[in-house]
Amino acid sequence: MSALLSTRALSRSFGGLRAVHEVDLDLGPGEVRALIGPNGAGKTTFVSMLIGRVAPSSGRVLFDGQDITRRPAHARVRLGLAYTFQITSVFARLPVAENVALAARRRLGRDRAAVAAEVARTLGRVGLTGREKIAAADLSYGHQRLLELAMGLAQAPRLLILDEPTQGLSEPEIETFKALVRTLAGETAILLIEHNMGVVMELADRITVLDAGVVLAEGAPAAIRADARVQAAYLGTAADA
Amino acid sequence: MRGGRLIGLHLGLVAVLFALNFVLPAYSHGTVARVMVLATYAMGYNILFGYTGLLSLGHAMFFAAGMYGLAMPMTHLGLGAGPALLTGIGSAAVLSLGVGLLALRTRGVAFMIVTLMFSQAAWLTILLAGRWTRGDEGVVIPQADRMLLGLDLSDPSTRYLAALALFSAVLFGTLWLVRQPIGRVLVAIRENEDRAELLGYDTFRHKLGAVVLSGTVSGAAGAAYGLFFGYAGASFAETHYSIFPLLWVLLGGAGTVIGPFLGTLFMFYLIDLTSGLTPAYMLVAGVALVLLTLFAPQGLAGEIRRRWWRGLP
Ligand SMILES: Nc1ncnc2c1ncn2[C@@H]1O[C@H](COP(=O)(O)OP(=O)(O)OP(=O)(O)O)[C@@H](O)[C@H]1O
Ligand SMILES: [Mg+2]
Repeated sequence: MSALLSTRALSRSFGGLRAVHEVDLDLGPGEVRALIGPNGAGKTTFVSMLIGRVAPSSGRVLFDGQDITRRPAHARVRLGLAYTFQITSVFARLPVAENVALAARRRLGRDRAAVAAEVARTLGRVGLTGREKIAAADLSYGHQRLLELAMGLAQAPRLLILDEPTQGLSEPEIETFKALVRTLAGETAILLIEHNMGVVMELADRITVLDAGVVLAEGAPAAIRADARVQAAYLGTAADA
Repeated sequence: MRGGRLIGLHLGLVAVLFALNFVLPAYSHGTVARVMVLATYAMGYNILFGYTGLLSLGHAMFFAAGMYGLAMPMTHLGLGAGPALLTGIGSAAVLSLGVGLLALRTRGVAFMIVTLMFSQAAWLTILLAGRWTRGDEGVVIPQADRMLLGLDLSDPSTRYLAALALFSAVLFGTLWLVRQPIGRVLVAIRENEDRAELLGYDTFRHKLGAVVLSGTVSGAAGAAYGLFFGYAGASFAETHYSIFPLLWVLLGGAGTVIGPFLGTLFMFYLIDLTSGLTPAYMLVAGVALVLLTLFAPQGLAGEIRRRWWRGLP
């Protein structure tokens, strides 16, 4: 299988701290990959290098066969990567519909009808129909997370990077989220950073475990669940919580 | 959004200004003509500050680039008013492209300082080139040269209508721009630049475009001011001419199409009225500004938008 996204020895240090160290990762088209690891493991730093928010100290990022390591973020998005922020980052003072329209318009251009249809469809998918006109800042925290997700979806990306999308969502909203990811499976590759193990085990095709900046383990959910090192580093504490 | 009502509002303003040409007493007639040209400057400033969220403290250099780009070739090369308007606007476009490429490497306060420094340099250049610019004293453009398309711009009514034409073109141009996808991207950059970049928009290029457009419109206002009122002087390149459009836009409502005009008009008449009443008129004007900032922090048009008309662009 030829990979959609690959990293080779991707590293980033902050001062003396090796936040991410020589990570090799290959993600196939349409694959749902979970990236897990304890707090501070380097997950956000790693995906930030994929999308271009953080420059690597060394190593390479390849997308669809092209080396994109030096490309600016907007150019990577145009190639088909999309990113949703761990810390919600929406256009707080703009209406919900305009937030999603901005995401859709880059792809659909000035065709107002197509943009409006895409906005309505996407808001429907995440369950925010009826809230088009209110300012994003006036949404509840969970709904802002869903708006982030909608902005990712409206870009129709080939690879969607989700940084802790279910944080702050209610149980029913998490169910909606899981159903949504299942509808994307096969067409959109997903790189999912997630602390909720139920979500990870249900959705992921494969799991990569990051700890202190290095890949600790990688494999199918069942194998990762059984891995003793992973349990020691991560799952043990998460299961107790 | 109901485009009809919006266009109606802005057309209504233009119609009122047109009618005023025939009824205003001579003094006010001249003031409103001046306000329309300076409001054009403010609208240019607003594209960058109000819509894109970039605070420049150096727009006087673009205004002056337009003014001197017009006046210098007219005075020294005998260029006609029409071509000189174009050299004026072109000078501002080129200057804003150069300044934009350099200043946009910075953000926030650094951007303010860099634009301020460039503008100071432009002002000093005008003074140093005193042999041609005649420094503070400035150059007068003789009445005979102020002919555009066969119209005599020294005639008050012609000048008023020419100012109205420029004002209307920029007013409707801005209204069109901010409702286009590209205008929405500028607002997105103002609201959350990182997010806009991660939606795939090249934020640097959009900001550069905004600087050039803003600088060019400001330059067009400067060129028109020189031509309509027959004078180009170094005081138009000084820092206070960079602060004025900021004040006008803040008063009228940053990020609204009609706000820059309201702010410019308000400031002019505020100073005019108070200076007739008391020698401490700047104090009175200052207090009025403080009150407005306290009670209508979004400016006049911003307040209208907040209270009555949420869709006002
Ligand atoms: N800009 C920065 N400057 C300095 N240190 C940073 C920076 N960003 C991250 N770090 C450090 O790098 C390490 C990895 O952080 P990162 O945010 O990638 O972890 P994470 O796995 O996403 O954690 P969490 O689960 O809490 O979100 C942490 O020790 C963090 O403090
Ligand atoms: Mg993180």
